[in-house]
Amino acid sequence: MDWYPLYNSLRIAAISTAAVFFLGILAAYYIARLPRLVKGVLDVVLTLPLVLPPTVVGWLLLVLLGPNRPIGAWVLDHFGLKLVMTWWSAIFATVVVAFPLMYRTARGAFESFDHTLAEAAQTLGRSNAWIFWRVRMPVCRQGILAGTVLAFARALGEYGATSMIAGYTPGRTATISTTVYQLWRTNNDAEALRWVLVNIAISAVFLLAVNLLETREKQGRKGVGR
Amino acid sequence: MALSVEIEKQLGDFRLEVQFQAEQETLALLGASGCGKSVTLKCIAGILTPDSGWIALDGVTLYDSAAKINLPPQKRRVGYLFQQYALFPNMTVRQNIAAAVRDRARRQADVAEKLRQFQLEAVADQRPGQLSGGQQQRCALARILASEPRAILLDEPFSALDSYLKYQLELELAETLDRFPGPVLWVSHDRGEVFRNCRRVCVLDRGRSQPVQTLEELFRAPGTEAAARLSGCKNYASAVPQAEAVLLPEWNVTLRCGRAVSPQVRRIGIRAHHVQPAGPGAENAFPCAVARVIDDVFSTIVLLRPEGAAPEAPLLRMELDKAAWRAVPDKSRLTVSVPPEAILLLES
Repeated sequence: MDWYPLYNSLRIAAISTAAVFFLGILAAYYIARLPRLVKGVLDVVLTLPLVLPPTVVGWLLLVLLGPNRPIGAWVLDHFGLKLVMTWWSAIFATVVVAFPLMYRTARGAFESFDHTLAEAAQTLGRSNAWIFWRVRMPVCRQGILAGTVLAFARALGEYGATSMIAGYTPGRTATISTTVYQLWRTNNDAEALRWVLVNIAISAVFLLAVNLLETREKQGRKGVGR
Repeated sequence: MALSVEIEKQLGDFRLEVQFQAEQETLALLGASGCGKSVTLKCIAGILTPDSGWIALDGVTLYDSAAKINLPPQKRRVGYLFQQYALFPNMTVRQNIAAAVRDRARRQADVAEKLRQFQLEAVADQRPGQLSGGQQQRCALARILASEPRAILLDEPFSALDSYLKYQLELELAETLDRFPGPVLWVSHDRGEVFRNCRRVCVLDRGRSQPVQTLEELFRAPGTEAAARLSGCKNYASAVPQAEAVLLPEWNVTLRCGRAVSPQVRRIGIRAHHVQPAGPGAENAFPCAVARVIDDVFSTIVLLRPEGAAPEAPLLRMELDKAAWRAVPDKSRLTVSVPPEAILLLES
């Protein structure tokens, strides 16, 4: 069995989760302070990929990044890089579809954050960066962890937009989800079942780890909570 | 050491206009809820920015709209005790206090000293959620003092506590503040709390500050109905000034005041415990019908309708010892009196 799709899926999901982690938190932090109208508009735009069909996201990405399209052509001209049909093209798709999950859960966590904690820290002479990393992030860590998990799961399971922008080339752009589809299409049920089991195993291990983390969190903070 | 504040801020329909100066003392900011007390404190701490005015502490300008000075909260050296203390829930007591020490070299020594001073050594490695209310307050105070503030602001420190705990924490807080060498602002809507802990008071009424006065003055001659309400006065009536007396048309009574009544007076206030059953030859005596009797913890409250009062007139509230009420022979109708000097003359 060729393990390339597993390796490729995991690295795509890991890289896009890392990107989405920072992008989502930054967006949640800064957008929460914007005027209501701007916030409303940005909220819709940034959450849209969550409700759009993945094929629509894929089409939009191709329109932007394809070799004959503005961004794609410019990058090809200046760097000699093709943005589509490579293994890392899938990262564009997974970042776009996973971003709203991180953004929304982080924003929910930040909104329930007791702002007097930040104000108290300011009057005690602490910088805003210190407050963000030492108070806001730790206090909101459950929400942020939940967002990260959701983003990773979504990135790992991405199929529609990935298949459009990265295609399916065995050993180059194949991921677990595109491989399963390809195997089913070619009536290779035995091989497809193996990948299905691999996928189920990864997801189960992942959820188990999250549950363990949550239990430990609860025990560590027993009697805590204001 | 003094804190001078003269600020204006518009918040929707609400306009804040506050002006006062606190010396090295505990100055009370007394006002009903929603009168702008917390906004005032937040402007002083730099959490909110006023529209115009200036704030100076200890000769340092914290805010000056004309000179475009607006120090960030980090540079103001103003300690702020929040209602729920705002301790960082993810840190231990020790870490909470350490977070406030600015000088890294002195951090460990300062934290150890504060832990000892506030009797927090035993719980130094616990998180705020594991502390009792008293320990939480001590931790918050230790943290504030560790940041070496030049002034301390207290935002209704006991509003969420039961009365016994409140009493204990108030004693502890007063002890700490006694040793603090700078101005302290104590925001409250509780006249008792203010009376026990402050000597001077600035009354805030719907966003406007009144001149700073002593608490004796506030209780003896509050001057306005808002201040009288905050001082705990329960009875009010419209008044028509008449040389040394006031005519109260709603109750159809004329009360002598024993002093000249300014023509500006529009209302009068009478504290419930100044209304008493009239002895023989008492001044300002008038007959009333008893409308309702309420048993309070240590006293009896009697609601009276003065005879000759208009139907829509407010009832007169009398508060007296339970024994004194038991001694009243006729509990449906009695003559009460108000000492002339006890009538509060209020201008609008």
